[in-house]
Amino acid sequence: MDFLNAIVALSNFVLIPAMAYGSQLALGALGVTLIYGILRFSNFAHGDSMAFGAMVTILITWWFQSMGVSIDPLPTALLALPFGIVGTALMLLATDRVVYRFYRRVKAKPIIFVMASMGVMFIMNGVVRFIIGPDDQRFADGARFIINARDFKEWSGLDEGLAFKTSQGLTIVTAVIVVAALFWFLNKTRTGKSMRAFSDNEDLALLSGINPERVVMITWIIVAGLITIAGVLYGLDKSFKPFTYFQLLLPIFASAIVGGLGNPLGAIAGGFVIAFSEVTVTYAWKKVATYLLPESLEPSSLVQLLSTDYKFAVSFVILIVVLLFKPTGLFKGQSV
Amino acid sequence: MKKFLMATAATALVGGAAYADNHETIKIGTILGYTGPIESLTPHMADGAELAMEEVSASGLLLGGMKVESVRADSTCVDSAAATAAAEKLITSDGVKGLMGPDCSGVTGAVLANVALPNGIVMISPSATSPGLSTAEDNGLFFRTAPSDARQSAIMAEILRENGAESVAVTYTNNDYGKGMADAFKAAFEAAGGTVTIVTAHEDGKADYTAEVGALASAGGDVLVVAGYVDQGGAGIVRGALDTGAFDTFHFPDGMIGSNLEANFGEEIEGSSGQVPGSDSPGNAAFVEMVGDKFDVTSPFTGESYDAAALLLLAMQAAGSAEPGDYASKVEMVANAPGEQIFPGELAKGLQILADGGEIDYVGATAVEFVDGGEAAGSYRQIKIEGGKMVTVQYR
Repeated sequence: MDFLNAIVALSNFVLIPAMAYGSQLALGALGVTLIYGILRFSNFAHGDSMAFGAMVTILITWWFQSMGVSIDPLPTALLALPFGIVGTALMLLATDRVVYRFYRRVKAKPIIFVMASMGVMFIMNGVVRFIIGPDDQRFADGARFIINARDFKEWSGLDEGLAFKTSQGLTIVTAVIVVAALFWFLNKTRTGKSMRAFSDNEDLALLSGINPERVVMITWIIVAGLITIAGVLYGLDKSFKPFTYFQLLLPIFASAIVGGLGNPLGAIAGGFVIAFSEVTVTYAWKKVATYLLPESLEPSSLVQLLSTDYKFAVSFVILIVVLLFKPTGLFKGQSV
Repeated sequence: MKKFLMATAATALVGGAAYADNHETIKIGTILGYTGPIESLTPHMADGAELAMEEVSASGLLLGGMKVESVRADSTCVDSAAATAAAEKLITSDGVKGLMGPDCSGVTGAVLANVALPNGIVMISPSATSPGLSTAEDNGLFFRTAPSDARQSAIMAEILRENGAESVAVTYTNNDYGKGMADAFKAAFEAAGGTVTIVTAHEDGKADYTAEVGALASAGGDVLVVAGYVDQGGAGIVRGALDTGAFDTFHFPDGMIGSNLEANFGEEIEGSSGQVPGSDSPGNAAFVEMVGDKFDVTSPFTGESYDAAALLLLAMQAAGSAEPGDYASKVEMVANAPGEQIFPGELAKGLQILADGGEIDYVGATAVEFVDGGEAAGSYRQIKIEGGKMVTVQYR
């Protein structure tokens, strides 16, 4: 019984939330890594593009909700998601046309692209705040829980509750589907293969007749899909607030770099490494230890490795260690 | 140039001497941060203080018909050196008999230690709330009409113990306000016989609070105290704690009390408690009515400023002298019971009672009550969540 309680407590506070957070980071990091692989720069506007995608989806969700359209028990936002992706794709293609295409034509250095993307970031920042405001927005509806902590306690007779939110379930399932679809696309389709070729060696790709502008366009569309999905899932799971999306940029970049920039598999692994390390290193193991250890060994302290104040330090320490020993990331990516 | 300087200095000396000899007016230094981070608040605060001075002057009752004059000086709110120099000038060259101010906690401490103590001048700050000032050396010269954050922590511990909470977990927003509140609360709650299982910080505006909620849940407790902001990380923590079933009753200090608390959580936090500064005293309504549209009465600390100035003058009347050494001991006496209650706009009545040798209990705009040597007791509205709404339980 104690063993079961320990497992449930651990799943409730560590495994499930970290899985969901990891999936959100992985989807974000995939976008960063695709842009790095194909357009060859670190896109600082990523977090705010994510906020833009979520914002378009929220506006359409509200419209659907006002018309009474719903897919209960699933959140209406899922229905609005395709429209959000289209809106975001149009916006990303427009910024590419207005900003990045010029720098591609003049063959600007990557650092200039990065600076340009910072400019885009600030503009996007302003646009999102201008349209939807800087405040928290609520758009989640449908059933909130797949498993409710209180119901679980009654059903199982355990001391510990287990909560599994609909948004967490959706996040994990969607992430698996999206990642599978992306890998299928990159490995099996002609367009996907041409993207990989372009990423591996631009000159050879051009020689073999691949149209660079088409590759760039498809990259932006895929990225639009990834960030809108990540942004909406994150908003459903926590809350939508433009400023937190900007803050999300740091863990997303950390994930992409730890995994190896330009390597999609690495982005996913990186997302989970960052999420799990943030949660487990700062977790107070007292509860779990109390269940598992015999009474005489029960800890009186919290058994916390680091105070939660340091959780951001944790991801950056991992980042530094990885860069010191494997500059290309855990999976073979490009060195930064 | 040298001659010009000499001439200026001489004129200033003569002027200063002339003022010092003038027994018709009493000067009060209104030292606030007219420039700096709270420059938008201070003009209203000064207007509040000067309103009390005008009221007293107009009554013609102070010490047999003395007039009161306000001399403004800039505390800058953040620059201790500038504030100290400004206060020094007020005392030595303007000859003020008391200081209404300073405003921010840092400069208040500096002026107290470097100017008020050596010169033996009384100062009443309308807005310094740092708990650190409670223990500062003051020789009975320093008072404040805004309650210390430590007071709120003590009230909070009291409410929780009365509600039967044995052990609590505490999370605070990682800044001076949150940290000060959490530390003071931990001490107060443990002194009241409770246990604090964990005190952990959270950053505002972050992406994910899983780690914080996990640590809090592992430590456990009857109630989770969230010393944060309702539009910031505090809400993220409450959401996480509710969703994982870690806690279902909470306690909220003032930063968490807002309409969004009802809107975002409503019935989910049924039975939770909290407190915000507030009073049911009729003094505030009287103050609002009296001010009318002279200045913005809803701006923070205007009532506290009025009360600070009024207390200085009433204490002088009680002592029968405008000398700080004489009236310092009377400030607490006029502010606290026993005596006739005095509300804003009734300063003339108070002055008359004191002149006749009676006693007054100055209530003022903010229900002033001094405890522990010059600390405002402060009054708080205790709330609880009932049927998804915030309901006032009582004032304390």
